[in-house]
Amino acid sequence: MINLEIPKKFKPLVSQANQVATEVFRPISRKYDEAEHSYPKELDMLASLIDGMNEGSDIGGAGAAGVRRESNGDGGENRNGSNLSTVLGIIELCWGDVGLLLSMPRQGLGNSAIASVATDEQLERYGGKWAAMAITEPEAGSDSASIRTTAELDGDEYVLNGEKIFVTSGDRADLIVVWATLDRSVGRAAIKSFIVERDNPGLKLDRLEHKLGIRASDTANFTLQDCRVPKEALLGSPEVNVKEGFAGAMQTFDNTRPLVAAMAVGVARAALEETRGRLAAAGVEVDYSTPALSQHAAAARFLEMEADYEAAWLLTLQAAWMADNGKPNSLQASMAKAKAGRTCVDVALGCVELCGSVGYGENELLEKWARDAKILDIFEGTQQIQLLIVARQLLGKSSAELR
Amino acid sequence: MTTADTDRSVAERSMGFGLRALNRLAGSDLLDRIRIRKQVERALFQGAKNGFRSATAAGRTFKAAQKLGKPARQAKSRSKGLFDLAPDDEQQMFQEAGRAFAEEKVRPAALDADANRATPKELLDQAAELGVDMLGVPEELGGVMHEQSAVTSVLIGEALAHGDMGIAYAALAPGAVATAIGLWGSAEQEATYLPAFTGEDVPAAALAILEPRPLFDPLKLETVAHKDGGEWVLAGAKSLLARATECELFVIAAEADGIGPALFVVESGAKGLSVEDEPAMGLRPAATGRLLIEDVRLPAGALLGEGKPEDYVECVNRSRIAWCGLAVGAAQAVLDYVIPYANERTAFGEPISNRQGVAFAISDIGIESEGMRLATYRAASRADRGEEFAREAAIARRLGATKGMQIGSEGVQLLGGHGFVKEHPVERWYRDLRAAGVMEGALLV
Repeated sequence: MINLEIPKKFKPLVSQANQVATEVFRPISRKYDEAEHSYPKELDMLASLIDGMNEGSDIGGAGAAGVRRESNGDGGENRNGSNLSTVLGIIELCWGDVGLLLSMPRQGLGNSAIASVATDEQLERYGGKWAAMAITEPEAGSDSASIRTTAELDGDEYVLNGEKIFVTSGDRADLIVVWATLDRSVGRAAIKSFIVERDNPGLKLDRLEHKLGIRASDTANFTLQDCRVPKEALLGSPEVNVKEGFAGAMQTFDNTRPLVAAMAVGVARAALEETRGRLAAAGVEVDYSTPALSQHAAAARFLEMEADYEAAWLLTLQAAWMADNGKPNSLQASMAKAKAGRTCVDVALGCVELCGSVGYGENELLEKWARDAKILDIFEGTQQIQLLIVARQLLGKSSAELR
Repeated sequence: MTTADTDRSVAERSMGFGLRALNRLAGSDLLDRIRIRKQVERALFQGAKNGFRSATAAGRTFKAAQKLGKPARQAKSRSKGLFDLAPDDEQQMFQEAGRAFAEEKVRPAALDADANRATPKELLDQAAELGVDMLGVPEELGGVMHEQSAVTSVLIGEALAHGDMGIAYAALAPGAVATAIGLWGSAEQEATYLPAFTGEDVPAAALAILEPRPLFDPLKLETVAHKDGGEWVLAGAKSLLARATECELFVIAAEADGIGPALFVVESGAKGLSVEDEPAMGLRPAATGRLLIEDVRLPAGALLGEGKPEDYVECVNRSRIAWCGLAVGAAQAVLDYVIPYANERTAFGEPISNRQGVAFAISDIGIESEGMRLATYRAASRADRGEEFAREAAIARRLGATKGMQIGSEGVQLLGGHGFVKEHPVERWYRDLRAAGVMEGALLV
């Protein structure tokens, strides 16, 4: 039965997340945008609260840690599970502040990676810790197959060497999930992810970035120098399976792309809601039954943006729903990320224009959302990478054919 | 079994399957249903020239077959409260039958239907056999759907438009009138008109809202309905009605004295009605025409239902959802066509789809058509559950108008000069998809 509404059972969670966004995130949003690199201590108490929420329910929480692919063992019965609830929670929290969401202890993308591919032993060992994700290198961004950080087995330990940049929450997290290659000559298949404890002496913080947006979130650059981790720190299978190729490592992304899409949806909605109110105060009400072109130009523009927002929102829920129901969603996850990423930027910048100097000035949050928005069309795969993934899937092309 | 039989049977078997299941649902046999109306010869006006004006079709006599105390209504659908993208069994059955019909019958007929500005009668009859005209007819009046059918209508519209959007319009237009009467009509109106839509000889009929002027707003109609004694007097003009010269029944929107915009049921024989041919850039198989309404006098009972303003607004929004459904189907047709083309067409020594400039355009078609689809489904499913859906319909409308047009344009662009010539269907889809931002009324879910 086709129904594209927020499921009843998740409404309490959505409402809780919205309260957190309203009461905790929004009031400190500007403060930590200005005080870049200072830790938002307000989040500690909140993180415990969210841990509690996650513990107390079987439907997943409001953060990234809840994401795990479900196997659909119950004969095709429709499921609304942790992928969907997580996406819904993230939308609300990012409606509050995406930078603060990214700074939430124990809700990092590294946590999703662990949740996605970790063994039960690893889940046991690393559960309850805050994990950041380190993929990008100075010479390898979108082209993550060409990373140069190496991992060599030495007895019962792997030895990691290389340089990692743009590690979200890298300074604050307990763990860093580091992508490294077991054998550069093999290519993609040899790329594995390793869990490195933040206090490992081989992991050296080089610097924290100054950024356009999401300034509440720290973005760290590291050097790994003979960084030794136990053999059990390797996530997933240690086998270098050339047939499977990159699939193992990329599996994480099918689960995390809808999350980033959800962040973009949340930011876009914040901008739209604020703008709707300000347009109404200026005497422009958006009417849904009157044709767009018979309304004020600002209302028509708003409708156009709201329509894109809705498409992004629905694509995001679709990708999460498919994951909950054990359906392969790589195509839909990338569609959601592509649509939400670009929509978020267009909408946030469009809202700044509609609100004029009120939108552009720092007295309000519209300009901040417009700055925050841009990263959402970049990290976890840029717009162009998503289009590439979508195109390869639609056209049935390999990465060698369509580069 | 011969090869021809095998070829034919796939579409027809699925159509038969659809019918059987429908009949089971209805608890009665469609084919044995009592014929309650006199057959009247249909006037044919194919090939009418632009500006040529003719009388409306002679039309049958509509007579109430049974009297119900109060209007029959389809039930609201009930949701389990879970997010779900899977159609239910009944919807899936309609969807599959619609797809098979579209692929095997509609698409092969599309080129000629576009050139001739006519949909073969055989195709219209087959579509009627699928049950497309009676989705909105309550069970008490011979309908087959217990619950409201906006989602089902969208799925069928999408499936047929994947074959051809203009043929889909021609085939689905009569159902819009039946659905309008089934949703808002009085008991008398239902009993009089609905049985005709459940039989074998479904009348051509049109839901006439759109008027010929720029910036048309369905809430500000220029067609008027004045009260004169106990009668209504209608005057105005309506645009782009499917198979206008054949129509035996109209539901016409007019600004009514003391009410505001409202719908009126008008039989084609009414004095003062005439039809003008109105060819357009697309939707040509629907043989679009303009209805001229010159002081047409109607009894008080011609007002559809109680003439509630909110019913009219709902009608406008439901028709927008229907057009989006068609746009989604046509957009999918573009995507399905450009993929093999871009993979097979070579330039500079390799398939053009190996180039990001081409490949990304195809990604965008995929992304935007999926977004349109989901927005349309959401609006339709809200309507079926009796929830507010004006916002969702408006959203779907914007996407249908903007993305539909872009997808139509991109489809031609990807084929370059080959896309501009009639050897490929993309130029037709370019013309048809523009309709999703123009049409008001005419279809209904």
